[in-house]
Amino acid sequence: MAHRGRLVAQGVAVGFVALLFLLLVWTLVTEEGGDLAAAAARGERPEAPDFTLERLDRDGDLTLSSLRGKAVVLNAWASWCLPCKEEAPFLEQVWREERARGLVVVGLDAKDFRKDARRFVRRFGLTFPIVFDGPGDVAADLYGVTGFPETFVLDREGRVLDVFVGGIIADEDRARLRAAVNRALAT
Amino acid sequence: MRALLVALLASGVLAVGAQAAGPPNAADLEAELVCPVCETTLDQSDAPVAERMKSFIRERIAAGDTEQEIKDALVGEFGSGVLATPPKSGFGLVAWLLPLVALGIGLLTVVLLVRRWSRRRGPPAPERPLDPDLERRVDEELARFEG
Repeated sequence: MAHRGRLVAQGVAVGFVALLFLLLVWTLVTEEGGDLAAAAARGERPEAPDFTLERLDRDGDLTLSSLRGKAVVLNAWASWCLPCKEEAPFLEQVWREERARGLVVVGLDAKDFRKDARRFVRRFGLTFPIVFDGPGDVAADLYGVTGFPETFVLDREGRVLDVFVGGIIADEDRARLRAAVNRALAT
Repeated sequence: MRALLVALLASGVLAVGAQAAGPPNAADLEAELVCPVCETTLDQSDAPVAERMKSFIRERIAAGDTEQEIKDALVGEFGSGVLATPPKSGFGLVAWLLPLVALGIGLLTVVLLVRRWSRRRGPPAPERPLDPDLERRVDEELARFEG
């Protein structure tokens, strides 16, 4: 009887350790964030993680995959971020100039107050779709965003063509974004 | 004297009551909420979003919100990750109960082990009778000592 009890205890202990090991493997395998920029820099075109988030510019939600067939500039920003203020008018300009060709700029407001984000949108006259990711689950966990702003250019099939870490403020960065948008529109 | 004591006690109770029902303390709240960017408590952070959250807390206190209402509002914006301690309901309850469960299992293990060890030792060995020769000598020595 005591022998059987010891076997059961050992089985439970081994099972618990195996469970922890599987949890570790699962965490490592499913961790997507941070790899997108590196993969895009190597010339790969990793698939952009899909998400559905609440919209701030109107009622309802927006699902990224619903934009398949269009090129997308996904801009992660926050109202308290200074470079975000500097690049916002440029992103609005790109959206207005290229939307007829099939470009959608999506603002991904993260780690922010909704009220502050809406004030930011009004202040800079942004007319492109804005989604709200207050906890930062999509920006940080899915896209590996560690600082704001960060911008992802996706082709018409939802693959990441280029990633911009930091504000798109310098002329060379703006030229690079336009080039990436042209490539995305050409797919 | 008795009246004075009653008055003092009453004023103490009223003071405690007034403190409990009073407005929440901003410093306490800042120690219980986490900055979503740097992931330290607000009182330890000077990140822009942390500063904005601190001003939000002060605004809500001035508007008459309770501590829970302020926390709920911040969770509504930033998710439950802003709480330095997990909520005492739903899945958060696991974090509160798990240490108690672990403590219970530990105590049970100690009790079982002690019982097992005490059983293994068995009953005390019976006393061996003294050697008759030695017993006689001890008696003689004692008699001589007392005599």
